Amino acid sequence: MIRIANGQGFWGDWLEAPVRLVDEGPIDFLVLDYLAEITMSILQKQKQENPDFGYARDFPPLIGRLAAKLKAKNIKVVANAGGVNPTACAQAVLKAAPQLKVAVVHGDDVFSRLDEFADKGYEMRDMDTGEPISTIRARIQSANAYIGAFPLAEALATGADVVIAGRSTDTALTLAPMVYTFGWQPDDCDKLAAGTIAGHIIECGAQCSGGNCQVDWETIPDMANIGYPIIEAESDGTFVVTKHESAGGRVHSDTVKEQLLYELGDPKRYLTPDCTADFTSIRLEDAGLNRVRVSGIRGGPRPPTLKLSISYLNGWKAIGSLVYSWPQALDKARAADRIVRARLKTLGLGYDEIYTEFFGVNACHGSAAPPNPDPPEVQLRIGVRGQDRKAVDRFTRELIPLVLNGPPGATGFGEGRPPVREIVAYWSALIPREEIQTRVEEIA
Amino acid sequence: MKKPLSAVAHTRSGDKGDTCNIGVIAWNPEDFPIIVREVTRERVKAHFGDLVKGDVERFELPNLGAVNLLLHESLGGGGTVSLRVDAQGKTYGAALLGMEIEVD
Repeated sequence: MIRIANGQGFWGDWLEAPVRLVDEGPIDFLVLDYLAEITMSILQKQKQENPDFGYARDFPPLIGRLAAKLKAKNIKVVANAGGVNPTACAQAVLKAAPQLKVAVVHGDDVFSRLDEFADKGYEMRDMDTGEPISTIRARIQSANAYIGAFPLAEALATGADVVIAGRSTDTALTLAPMVYTFGWQPDDCDKLAAGTIAGHIIECGAQCSGGNCQVDWETIPDMANIGYPIIEAESDGTFVVTKHESAGGRVHSDTVKEQLLYELGDPKRYLTPDCTADFTSIRLEDAGLNRVRVSGIRGGPRPPTLKLSISYLNGWKAIGSLVYSWPQALDKARAADRIVRARLKTLGLGYDEIYTEFFGVNACHGSAAPPNPDPPEVQLRIGVRGQDRKAVDRFTRELIPLVLNGPPGATGFGEGRPPVREIVAYWSALIPREEIQTRVEEIA
Repeated sequence: MKKPLSAVAHTRSGDKGDTCNIGVIAWNPEDFPIIVREVTRERVKAHFGDLVKGDVERFELPNLGAVNLLLHESLGGGGTVSLRVDAQGKTYGAALLGMEIEVD
Protein backbone atom coordinates (compact mmCIF):
# COMPACT_ATOMS: atom_id res chain seq x y z
CA MET A 1 0.00 0.00 0.00
CA ILE A 2 1.18 3.53 -0.78
CA ARG A 3 -0.18 6.83 0.56
CA ILE A 4 -0.65 9.65 -1.95
CA ALA A 5 -1.73 13.05 -0.61
CA ASN A 6 -2.93 16.12 -2.49
CA GLY A 7 -1.77 19.43 -0.99
CA GLN A 8 -2.91 21.95 -3.62
CA GLY A 9 -6.10 21.95 -5.70
CA PHE A 10 -5.13 25.00 -7.76
CA TRP A 11 -2.54 27.78 -7.86
CA GLY A 12 -3.72 29.94 -5.00
CA ASP A 13 -4.84 27.15 -2.69
CA TRP A 14 -4.06 27.13 1.06
CA LEU A 15 -0.28 27.44 1.52
CA GLU A 16 -0.27 25.52 4.82
CA ALA A 17 -1.97 22.41 3.43
CA PRO A 18 1.09 20.62 1.97
CA VAL A 19 3.18 21.45 5.05
CA ARG A 20 0.57 19.91 7.35
CA LEU A 21 0.28 16.80 5.18
CA VAL A 22 4.01 16.26 5.62
CA ASP A 23 3.99 17.09 9.35
CA GLU A 24 0.87 15.41 10.68
CA GLY A 25 1.17 11.79 9.58
CA PRO A 26 2.65 9.30 7.14
CA ILE A 27 2.53 9.89 3.35
CA ASP A 28 4.71 8.51 0.57
CA PHE A 29 3.87 10.91 -2.26
CA LEU A 30 2.79 14.55 -2.14
CA VAL A 31 1.03 15.71 -5.31
CA LEU A 32 0.34 19.36 -6.06
CA ASP A 33 -2.04 20.46 -8.81
CA TYR A 34 -1.38 24.05 -9.86
CA LEU A 35 -2.99 24.34 -13.28
CA ALA A 36 -6.54 25.30 -14.20
CA GLU A 37 -7.68 25.63 -17.81
CA ILE A 38 -6.66 29.25 -18.02
CA THR A 39 -3.48 29.20 -15.90
CA MET A 40 -1.19 28.34 -18.84
CA SER A 41 -2.04 31.59 -20.64
CA ILE A 42 -1.32 33.67 -17.53
CA LEU A 43 2.03 31.92 -17.20
CA GLN A 44 2.77 32.46 -20.90
CA LYS A 45 2.24 36.20 -20.41
CA GLN A 46 4.59 36.23 -17.42
CA LYS A 47 7.24 34.39 -19.43
CA GLN A 48 6.98 36.93 -22.25
CA GLU A 49 7.73 39.67 -19.72
CA ASN A 50 10.54 37.74 -18.02
CA PRO A 51 12.10 34.62 -19.61
CA ASP A 52 12.87 33.23 -16.12
CA PHE A 53 9.15 33.18 -15.16
CA GLY A 54 6.20 31.19 -16.49
CA TYR A 55 5.78 28.62 -13.71
CA ALA A 56 3.90 28.45 -10.38
CA ARG A 57 6.13 30.64 -8.26
CA ASP A 58 4.61 29.41 -4.97
CA PHE A 59 6.25 26.05 -5.61
CA PRO A 60 10.04 26.58 -5.15
CA PRO A 61 9.70 28.34 -1.76
CA LEU A 62 7.33 25.58 -0.61
CA ILE A 63 9.87 22.90 -1.55
CA GLY A 64 12.60 24.93 0.16
CA ARG A 65 10.46 25.00 3.32
CA LEU A 66 9.80 21.24 3.15
CA ALA A 67 13.14 19.96 1.79
CA ALA A 68 14.68 18.56 4.99
CA LYS A 69 11.45 16.77 5.97
CA LEU A 70 10.92 15.35 2.48
CA LYS A 71 14.40 13.87 2.61
CA ALA A 72 14.07 12.56 6.18
CA LYS A 73 10.68 10.94 5.53
CA ASN A 74 11.47 9.87 1.94
CA ILE A 75 8.43 11.66 0.51
CA LYS A 76 8.42 12.19 -3.26
CA VAL A 77 6.72 15.22 -4.81
CA VAL A 78 4.86 15.24 -8.15
CA ALA A 79 3.61 18.61 -9.38
CA ASN A 80 2.50 20.32 -12.59
CA ALA A 81 4.11 23.50 -11.28
CA GLY A 82 6.29 23.84 -14.40
CA GLY A 83 3.65 25.68 -16.41
CA VAL A 84 5.22 26.94 -19.64
CA ASN A 85 8.75 26.99 -18.19
CA PRO A 86 9.48 23.75 -16.28
CA THR A 87 13.26 24.16 -16.67
CA ALA A 88 13.24 27.53 -14.90
CA CYS A 89 10.97 26.04 -12.27
CA ALA A 90 13.41 23.17 -11.68
CA GLN A 91 16.33 25.57 -11.38
CA ALA A 92 14.45 27.64 -8.80
CA VAL A 93 13.63 24.47 -6.84
CA LEU A 94 17.28 23.40 -6.83
CA LYS A 95 18.29 26.84 -5.61
CA ALA A 96 15.78 26.60 -2.76
CA ALA A 97 16.53 22.93 -1.98
CA PRO A 98 20.01 21.96 -3.28
CA GLN A 99 19.92 18.58 -1.49
CA LEU A 100 17.01 17.30 -3.62
CA LYS A 101 17.09 15.48 -6.95
CA VAL A 102 14.78 17.00 -9.55
CA ALA A 103 13.41 15.54 -12.80
CA VAL A 104 11.46 17.46 -15.44
CA VAL A 105 8.99 16.11 -17.99
CA HIS A 106 9.14 17.92 -21.35
CA GLY A 107 7.03 17.63 -24.47
CA ASP A 108 3.65 19.11 -23.62
CA ASP A 109 4.45 22.55 -25.07
CA VAL A 110 3.43 22.57 -28.75
CA PHE A 111 3.14 26.33 -29.30
CA SER A 112 6.00 26.30 -31.81
CA ARG A 113 4.52 23.32 -33.67
CA LEU A 114 1.05 24.68 -34.49
CA ASP A 115 1.94 25.58 -38.09
CA GLU A 116 3.48 22.13 -38.57
CA PHE A 117 0.22 20.59 -37.29
CA ALA A 118 -1.83 22.82 -39.62
CA ASP A 119 0.37 21.80 -42.57
CA LYS A 120 -0.35 18.18 -41.73
CA GLY A 121 -4.05 18.94 -42.09
CA TYR A 122 -5.07 18.91 -38.43
CA GLU A 123 -7.90 21.42 -38.10
CA MET A 124 -7.79 21.48 -34.28
CA ARG A 125 -11.47 22.48 -34.16
CA ASP A 126 -12.72 23.85 -30.84
CA MET A 127 -14.34 21.03 -28.91
CA ASP A 128 -17.18 23.36 -27.80
CA THR A 129 -18.01 25.31 -30.95
CA GLY A 130 -16.55 23.18 -33.77
CA GLU A 131 -14.78 26.16 -35.35
CA PRO A 132 -11.37 25.52 -37.01
CA ILE A 133 -8.29 26.94 -35.32
CA SER A 134 -7.48 29.10 -38.35
CA THR A 135 -10.08 31.62 -37.08
CA ILE A 136 -7.88 32.48 -34.07
CA ARG A 137 -4.39 31.49 -35.31
CA ALA A 138 -2.84 34.97 -35.09
CA ARG A 139 -4.13 35.54 -31.55
CA ILE A 140 -2.87 32.31 -29.95
CA GLN A 141 -0.73 32.79 -26.83
CA SER A 142 0.01 29.24 -25.70
CA ALA A 143 -0.65 25.65 -26.76
CA ASN A 144 -0.02 22.57 -24.65
CA ALA A 145 -0.99 18.93 -24.90
CA TYR A 146 -2.38 17.28 -21.78
CA ILE A 147 0.05 14.51 -20.93
CA GLY A 148 -0.70 11.47 -18.79
CA ALA A 149 0.81 9.47 -15.95
CA PHE A 150 3.39 7.35 -17.78
CA PRO A 151 5.95 10.11 -18.44
CA LEU A 152 5.60 11.21 -14.80
CA ALA A 153 6.17 7.61 -13.63
CA GLU A 154 9.26 7.47 -15.86
CA ALA A 155 10.52 10.60 -14.09
CA LEU A 156 9.91 9.01 -10.66
CA ALA A 157 11.94 6.02 -11.84
CA THR A 158 15.05 8.22 -12.15
CA GLY A 159 15.07 8.39 -8.34
CA ALA A 160 13.99 12.03 -8.32
CA ASP A 161 12.70 13.57 -5.10
CA VAL A 162 10.71 16.14 -7.05
CA VAL A 163 9.03 15.59 -10.44
CA ILE A 164 8.03 18.74 -12.30
CA ALA A 165 5.68 18.69 -15.28
CA GLY A 166 4.01 21.33 -17.41
CA ARG A 167 0.47 20.63 -18.61
CA SER A 168 -0.06 17.16 -17.23
CA THR A 169 -3.64 16.21 -16.43
CA ASP A 170 -4.67 16.73 -12.84
CA THR A 171 -5.47 13.04 -12.41
CA ALA A 172 -2.08 11.91 -13.79
CA LEU A 173 -0.31 13.40 -10.77
CA THR A 174 -2.02 10.85 -8.49
CA LEU A 175 -1.97 7.97 -10.96
CA ALA A 176 1.78 8.29 -11.67
CA PRO A 177 2.96 7.09 -8.22
CA MET A 178 0.73 4.00 -8.64
CA VAL A 179 2.03 3.26 -12.15
CA TYR A 180 5.60 3.68 -10.87
CA THR A 181 5.20 1.67 -7.65
CA PHE A 182 2.94 -1.12 -8.88
CA GLY A 183 4.36 -1.43 -12.40
CA TRP A 184 0.98 -0.98 -14.09
CA GLN A 185 1.06 -1.16 -17.91
CA PRO A 186 -0.88 0.87 -20.52
CA ASP A 187 -3.29 -2.06 -21.07
CA ASP A 188 -4.15 -2.42 -17.34
CA CYS A 189 -7.30 -0.43 -18.12
CA ASP A 190 -9.29 -1.18 -14.94
CA LYS A 191 -6.38 -0.30 -12.67
CA LEU A 192 -5.52 2.85 -14.61
CA ALA A 193 -9.19 3.89 -14.42
CA ALA A 194 -9.13 3.29 -10.65
CA GLY A 195 -6.01 5.42 -10.22
CA THR A 196 -7.53 8.09 -12.45
CA ILE A 197 -10.70 8.21 -10.34
CA ALA A 198 -8.56 8.37 -7.19
CA GLY A 199 -6.90 11.37 -8.82
CA HIS A 200 -10.26 12.95 -9.65
CA ILE A 201 -11.35 12.57 -6.02
CA ILE A 202 -8.32 14.37 -4.57
CA GLU A 203 -7.37 16.77 -7.40
CA CYS A 204 -9.35 19.63 -5.83
CA GLY A 205 -7.74 19.24 -2.42
CA ALA A 206 -10.15 19.63 0.50
CA GLN A 207 -13.20 19.67 -1.78
CA CYS A 208 -13.50 15.90 -1.03
CA SER A 209 -12.72 16.16 2.69
CA GLY A 210 -15.39 18.59 3.86
CA GLY A 211 -14.71 21.76 1.87
CA ASN A 212 -17.56 23.24 -0.21
CA CYS A 213 -19.77 20.39 0.98
CA GLN A 214 -23.55 20.75 1.28
CA VAL A 215 -23.96 17.70 3.51
CA ASP A 216 -24.37 18.83 7.15
CA TRP A 217 -21.84 21.57 6.49
CA GLU A 218 -22.51 23.23 9.86
CA THR A 219 -21.28 20.12 11.70
CA ILE A 220 -18.05 19.47 9.79
CA PRO A 221 -15.36 19.50 12.48
CA ASP A 222 -12.58 22.08 12.75
CA MET A 223 -12.75 23.60 9.26
CA ALA A 224 -9.97 26.03 10.27
CA ASN A 225 -7.59 23.06 10.33
CA ILE A 226 -9.20 21.11 7.49
CA GLY A 227 -7.31 17.99 6.44
CA TYR A 228 -6.34 17.59 2.79
CA PRO A 229 -7.06 14.18 1.26
CA ILE A 230 -4.94 11.06 1.21
CA ILE A 231 -5.36 8.00 -1.03
CA GLU A 232 -4.22 4.65 0.39
CA ALA A 233 -3.70 2.80 -2.88
CA GLU A 234 -3.40 -0.96 -3.30
CA SER A 235 -1.74 -2.72 -6.23
CA ASP A 236 -5.08 -4.29 -7.29
CA GLY A 237 -6.61 -0.86 -7.98
CA THR A 238 -8.76 -0.61 -4.86
CA PHE A 239 -8.14 2.33 -2.56
CA VAL A 240 -9.27 4.18 0.55
CA VAL A 241 -9.85 7.94 0.70
CA THR A 242 -8.88 9.36 4.08
CA LYS A 243 -7.10 12.21 5.87
CA HIS A 244 -4.74 12.57 8.81
CA GLU A 245 -6.60 11.80 12.05
CA SER A 246 -5.59 15.00 13.85
CA ALA A 247 -6.74 17.27 11.02
CA GLY A 248 -10.21 18.81 10.72
CA GLY A 249 -12.78 18.22 8.00
CA ARG A 250 -14.70 15.06 7.14
CA VAL A 251 -14.18 12.19 4.69
CA HIS A 252 -17.44 10.33 4.14
CA SER A 253 -19.14 8.69 1.16
CA ASP A 254 -21.31 11.85 0.89
CA THR A 255 -18.32 14.21 0.64
CA VAL A 256 -16.64 11.86 -1.85
CA LYS A 257 -19.80 11.57 -3.98
CA GLU A 258 -20.02 15.35 -4.32
CA GLN A 259 -16.43 15.50 -5.56
CA LEU A 260 -16.93 12.54 -7.92
CA LEU A 261 -19.69 14.54 -9.65
CA TYR A 262 -17.58 17.72 -9.83
CA GLU A 263 -16.71 18.89 -13.35
CA LEU A 264 -17.88 15.58 -14.78
CA GLY A 265 -19.11 15.02 -18.36
CA ASP A 266 -20.32 11.65 -19.65
CA PRO A 267 -19.71 9.40 -16.62
CA LYS A 268 -19.16 6.27 -18.73
CA ARG A 269 -16.51 7.96 -20.86
CA TYR A 270 -14.16 10.00 -18.68
CA LEU A 271 -11.29 10.41 -21.12
CA THR A 272 -7.69 10.93 -20.09
CA PRO A 273 -4.37 10.29 -21.87
CA ASP A 274 -4.11 7.08 -19.80
CA CYS A 275 -7.51 5.38 -20.10
CA THR A 276 -11.28 5.74 -20.38
CA ALA A 277 -12.73 5.60 -16.87
CA ASP A 278 -16.30 4.48 -16.12
CA PHE A 279 -17.76 6.40 -13.16
CA THR A 280 -20.87 4.19 -13.19
CA SER A 281 -18.74 1.26 -11.98
CA ILE A 282 -17.55 2.92 -8.76
CA ARG A 283 -18.51 1.25 -5.47
CA LEU A 284 -18.21 3.37 -2.31
CA GLU A 285 -18.31 2.03 1.21
CA ASP A 286 -17.83 3.85 4.52
CA ALA A 287 -15.13 1.84 6.28
CA GLY A 288 -14.71 3.59 9.61
CA LEU A 289 -14.48 7.23 10.66
CA ASN A 290 -13.07 9.39 7.84
CA ARG A 291 -12.36 6.36 5.66
CA VAL A 292 -14.13 5.59 2.37
CA ARG A 293 -13.25 2.39 0.51
CA VAL A 294 -13.49 2.57 -3.29
CA SER A 295 -13.63 -0.55 -5.46
CA GLY A 296 -15.16 -2.16 -8.54
CA ILE A 297 -13.85 0.42 -10.99
CA ARG A 298 -13.82 -0.55 -14.66
CA GLY A 299 -12.02 1.18 -17.49
CA GLY A 300 -11.43 1.04 -21.22
CA PRO A 301 -8.45 1.76 -23.48
CA ARG A 302 -6.80 5.14 -23.73
CA PRO A 303 -8.12 7.31 -26.60
CA PRO A 304 -6.13 7.68 -29.85
CA THR A 305 -6.04 11.46 -29.41
CA LEU A 306 -4.69 13.88 -26.82
CA LYS A 307 -6.42 17.10 -25.83
CA LEU A 308 -4.75 20.43 -26.51
CA SER A 309 -5.13 23.38 -24.15
CA ILE A 310 -4.82 26.56 -26.21
CA SER A 311 -5.16 30.15 -25.05
CA TYR A 312 -5.83 33.14 -27.31
CA LEU A 313 -6.57 36.86 -27.02
CA ASN A 314 -10.25 37.72 -27.41
CA GLY A 315 -10.77 41.43 -26.75
CA TRP A 316 -11.19 43.45 -23.56
CA LYS A 317 -13.54 43.62 -20.63
CA ALA A 318 -14.35 45.71 -17.58
CA ILE A 319 -16.84 45.21 -14.76
CA GLY A 320 -17.94 47.95 -12.38
CA SER A 321 -20.42 48.31 -9.55
CA LEU A 322 -22.41 50.77 -7.44
CA VAL A 323 -24.52 50.15 -4.34
CA TYR A 324 -28.09 51.50 -3.96
CA SER A 325 -29.77 51.55 -0.54
CA TRP A 326 -33.34 51.18 0.68
CA PRO A 327 -35.97 52.39 -0.07
CA GLN A 328 -36.65 51.13 -3.62
CA ALA A 329 -33.07 49.93 -3.91
CA LEU A 330 -33.79 47.59 -6.81
CA ASP A 331 -35.82 50.20 -8.74
CA LYS A 332 -32.98 52.68 -8.38
CA ALA A 333 -30.37 50.17 -9.49
CA ARG A 334 -32.48 49.24 -12.52
CA ALA A 335 -32.90 52.90 -13.41
CA ALA A 336 -29.13 53.44 -13.16
CA ASP A 337 -28.55 50.47 -15.46
CA ARG A 338 -30.91 51.96 -18.08
CA ILE A 339 -29.12 55.33 -17.83
CA VAL A 340 -25.66 53.81 -18.36
CA ARG A 341 -26.87 51.85 -21.38
CA ALA A 342 -28.53 54.95 -22.86
CA ARG A 343 -25.38 57.03 -22.42
CA LEU A 344 -23.20 54.35 -24.05
CA LYS A 345 -25.64 54.20 -26.94
CA THR A 346 -25.56 57.99 -27.36
CA LEU A 347 -21.77 57.81 -27.50
CA GLY A 348 -22.16 55.32 -30.35
CA LEU A 349 -20.08 52.66 -28.56
CA GLY A 350 -20.56 49.03 -29.55
CA TYR A 351 -19.77 45.95 -27.46
CA ASP A 352 -19.92 42.19 -27.92
CA GLU A 353 -21.97 42.09 -24.71
CA ILE A 354 -23.27 44.31 -21.90
CA TYR A 355 -24.36 42.28 -18.89
CA THR A 356 -26.06 43.50 -15.72
CA GLU A 357 -26.57 41.72 -12.39
CA PHE A 358 -28.27 42.94 -9.22
CA PHE A 359 -26.47 41.60 -6.12
CA GLY A 360 -28.92 40.77 -3.37
CA VAL A 361 -31.58 39.95 -5.96
CA ASN A 362 -30.47 37.77 -8.85
CA ALA A 363 -26.69 37.83 -9.43
CA CYS A 364 -25.94 34.17 -8.72
CA HIS A 365 -29.20 32.48 -9.71
CA GLY A 366 -30.91 34.73 -12.28
CA SER A 367 -34.61 34.08 -12.58
CA ALA A 368 -34.19 30.92 -10.44
CA ALA A 369 -33.55 33.11 -7.37
CA PRO A 370 -36.41 33.39 -4.86
CA PRO A 371 -38.21 36.78 -4.94
CA ASN A 372 -36.74 39.54 -2.75
CA PRO A 373 -39.13 42.46 -3.34
CA ASP A 374 -37.71 45.16 -1.04
CA PRO A 375 -34.07 44.41 -0.15
CA PRO A 376 -32.20 46.79 2.19
CA GLU A 377 -29.54 47.34 -0.45
CA VAL A 378 -28.71 46.19 -3.96
CA GLN A 379 -25.37 46.21 -5.72
CA LEU A 380 -25.61 47.08 -9.39
CA ARG A 381 -22.88 45.24 -11.30
CA ILE A 382 -22.44 46.03 -15.00
CA GLY A 383 -19.87 44.41 -17.27
CA VAL A 384 -18.99 45.05 -20.90
CA ARG A 385 -16.71 43.22 -23.30
CA GLY A 386 -15.65 43.93 -26.85
CA GLN A 387 -12.79 44.04 -29.32
CA ASP A 388 -12.26 47.83 -29.05
CA ARG A 389 -10.23 48.68 -25.96
CA LYS A 390 -11.17 52.36 -26.15
CA ALA A 391 -14.88 51.57 -25.99
CA VAL A 392 -14.34 49.36 -22.94
CA ASP A 393 -12.20 52.05 -21.32
CA ARG A 394 -14.89 54.69 -21.92
CA PHE A 395 -17.45 52.48 -20.17
CA THR A 396 -15.32 52.54 -16.99
CA ARG A 397 -15.91 56.33 -16.84
CA GLU A 398 -19.69 56.09 -17.09
CA LEU A 399 -20.48 54.57 -13.67
CA ILE A 400 -19.21 56.94 -10.97
CA PRO A 401 -20.92 60.08 -12.41
CA LEU A 402 -24.23 58.39 -11.52
CA VAL A 403 -23.51 59.06 -7.85
CA LEU A 404 -24.30 62.73 -8.53
CA ASN A 405 -26.32 62.65 -11.74
CA GLY A 406 -28.43 59.48 -11.37
CA PRO A 407 -31.05 58.03 -9.00
CA PRO A 408 -30.67 58.86 -5.27
CA GLY A 409 -28.85 56.77 -2.70
CA ALA A 410 -25.78 55.51 -4.57
CA THR A 411 -22.57 54.61 -2.75
CA GLY A 412 -19.82 52.01 -2.86
CA PHE A 413 -17.66 53.68 -5.50
CA GLY A 414 -14.55 53.84 -3.30
CA GLU A 415 -12.49 51.62 -5.56
CA GLY A 416 -12.71 54.20 -8.34
CA ARG A 417 -12.91 53.27 -12.02
CA PRO A 418 -12.83 49.55 -12.69
CA PRO A 419 -9.73 48.24 -14.50
CA VAL A 420 -9.82 47.22 -18.18
CA ARG A 421 -8.57 43.66 -18.62
CA GLU A 422 -7.49 41.83 -21.74
CA ILE A 423 -9.48 38.64 -22.27
CA VAL A 424 -7.39 35.50 -22.65
CA ALA A 425 -9.84 32.84 -23.82
CA TYR A 426 -9.55 29.07 -23.80
CA TRP A 427 -9.70 26.74 -26.81
CA SER A 428 -9.57 22.95 -26.57
CA ALA A 429 -8.90 20.65 -29.52
CA LEU A 430 -7.68 17.13 -30.30
CA ILE A 431 -4.43 15.90 -31.88
CA PRO A 432 -3.28 12.33 -32.66
CA ARG A 433 -1.30 11.13 -29.66
CA GLU A 434 1.65 10.02 -31.83
CA GLU A 435 2.44 13.69 -32.40
CA ILE A 436 3.37 14.20 -28.75
CA GLN A 437 6.72 12.79 -27.64
CA THR A 438 7.65 13.36 -24.00
CA ARG A 439 11.17 13.39 -22.59
CA VAL A 440 12.43 13.18 -19.00
CA GLU A 441 15.37 15.35 -18.00
CA GLU A 442 17.26 14.96 -14.73
CA ILE A 443 18.41 18.35 -13.47
CA ALA A 444 21.34 18.70 -11.12
CA MET B 1 -46.80 16.25 -2.34
CA LYS B 2 -44.69 19.14 -3.71
CA LYS B 3 -41.31 19.79 -2.11
CA PRO B 4 -38.07 21.54 -3.09
CA LEU B 5 -35.38 19.30 -4.57
CA SER B 6 -33.33 19.92 -1.40
CA ALA B 7 -35.68 17.55 0.44
CA VAL B 8 -34.30 14.55 -1.46
CA ALA B 9 -30.93 15.60 -2.91
CA HIS B 10 -27.73 17.57 -2.50
CA THR B 11 -25.73 19.01 -5.39
CA ARG B 12 -22.32 20.17 -6.55
CA SER B 13 -21.65 22.19 -9.67
CA GLY B 14 -18.66 23.28 -11.72
CA ASP B 15 -17.58 24.26 -15.23
CA LYS B 16 -15.99 23.07 -18.45
CA GLY B 17 -15.75 26.03 -20.79
CA ASP B 18 -19.23 27.49 -21.33
CA THR B 19 -20.92 24.35 -19.94
CA CYS B 20 -21.93 24.04 -16.30
CA ASN B 21 -22.31 20.57 -14.79
CA ILE B 22 -24.50 19.85 -11.78
CA GLY B 23 -24.26 16.57 -9.89
CA VAL B 24 -27.57 15.82 -8.17
CA ILE B 25 -27.14 13.20 -5.45
CA ALA B 26 -29.96 11.51 -3.52
CA TRP B 27 -29.68 11.81 0.27
CA ASN B 28 -31.03 8.24 0.38
CA PRO B 29 -30.23 5.89 -2.51
CA GLU B 30 -33.88 4.67 -2.53
CA ASP B 31 -34.92 8.16 -3.64
CA PHE B 32 -32.85 7.87 -6.84
CA PRO B 33 -35.97 6.96 -8.92
CA ILE B 34 -37.63 10.21 -7.76
CA ILE B 35 -34.67 12.19 -9.05
CA VAL B 36 -34.74 10.32 -12.36
CA ARG B 37 -38.47 10.97 -12.71
CA GLU B 38 -38.53 14.61 -11.53
CA VAL B 39 -35.19 16.20 -12.50
CA THR B 40 -35.75 16.06 -16.25
CA ARG B 41 -33.81 17.96 -18.91
CA GLU B 42 -36.85 20.07 -19.78
CA ARG B 43 -37.64 21.05 -16.19
CA VAL B 44 -34.03 21.93 -15.40
CA LYS B 45 -33.83 24.14 -18.49
CA ALA B 46 -37.09 25.88 -17.52
CA HIS B 47 -35.90 26.38 -13.92
CA PHE B 48 -32.82 28.30 -15.05
CA GLY B 49 -34.66 30.42 -17.64
CA ASP B 50 -32.40 32.91 -19.42
CA LEU B 51 -29.22 31.67 -17.69
CA VAL B 52 -29.10 28.55 -19.90
CA LYS B 53 -29.02 29.30 -23.65
CA GLY B 54 -28.26 25.78 -24.88
CA ASP B 55 -29.54 22.25 -24.27
CA VAL B 56 -29.51 20.33 -21.02
CA GLU B 57 -28.04 16.80 -21.13
CA ARG B 58 -28.51 14.22 -18.39
CA PHE B 59 -26.54 11.11 -17.41
CA GLU B 60 -27.49 8.58 -14.74
CA LEU B 61 -25.14 7.10 -12.11
CA PRO B 62 -27.35 4.61 -10.26
CA ASN B 63 -24.31 3.33 -8.34
CA LEU B 64 -24.01 6.72 -6.62
CA GLY B 65 -27.76 7.46 -6.56
CA ALA B 66 -26.99 10.48 -8.72
CA VAL B 67 -27.59 12.14 -12.05
CA ASN B 68 -25.14 14.44 -13.82
CA LEU B 69 -26.60 17.42 -15.70
CA LEU B 70 -24.74 19.34 -18.39
CA LEU B 71 -26.10 22.86 -18.96
CA HIS B 72 -24.69 23.98 -22.31
CA GLU B 73 -24.07 27.67 -23.10
CA SER B 74 -24.90 28.60 -19.55
CA LEU B 75 -21.91 30.63 -18.32
CA GLY B 76 -21.87 33.70 -20.55
CA GLY B 77 -18.96 32.37 -22.62
CA GLY B 78 -17.25 30.68 -19.67
CA GLY B 79 -14.02 31.18 -17.76
CA THR B 80 -12.29 34.46 -18.48
CA VAL B 81 -14.73 35.63 -21.17
CA SER B 82 -17.85 35.71 -18.98
CA LEU B 83 -19.11 38.92 -17.38
CA ARG B 84 -21.09 37.04 -14.73
CA VAL B 85 -20.10 36.94 -11.07
CA ASP B 86 -20.56 33.17 -11.14
CA ALA B 87 -18.61 32.58 -14.33
CA GLN B 88 -17.89 28.99 -13.29
CA GLY B 89 -21.38 27.98 -12.21
CA LYS B 90 -20.20 27.28 -8.68
CA THR B 91 -23.62 28.25 -7.26
CA TYR B 92 -25.83 26.67 -9.95
CA GLY B 93 -26.11 23.47 -7.93
CA ALA B 94 -27.56 25.45 -5.05
CA ALA B 95 -29.95 27.22 -7.43
CA LEU B 96 -31.38 23.87 -8.48
CA LEU B 97 -32.16 22.92 -4.86
CA GLY B 98 -35.13 25.31 -4.97
CA MET B 99 -36.80 23.54 -7.91
CA GLU B 100 -40.18 22.10 -6.90
CA ILE B 101 -40.62 18.38 -7.39
CA GLU B 102 -43.37 15.87 -6.67
CA VAL B 103 -42.38 13.54 -3.80
CA ASP B 104 -44.33 10.32 -3.12
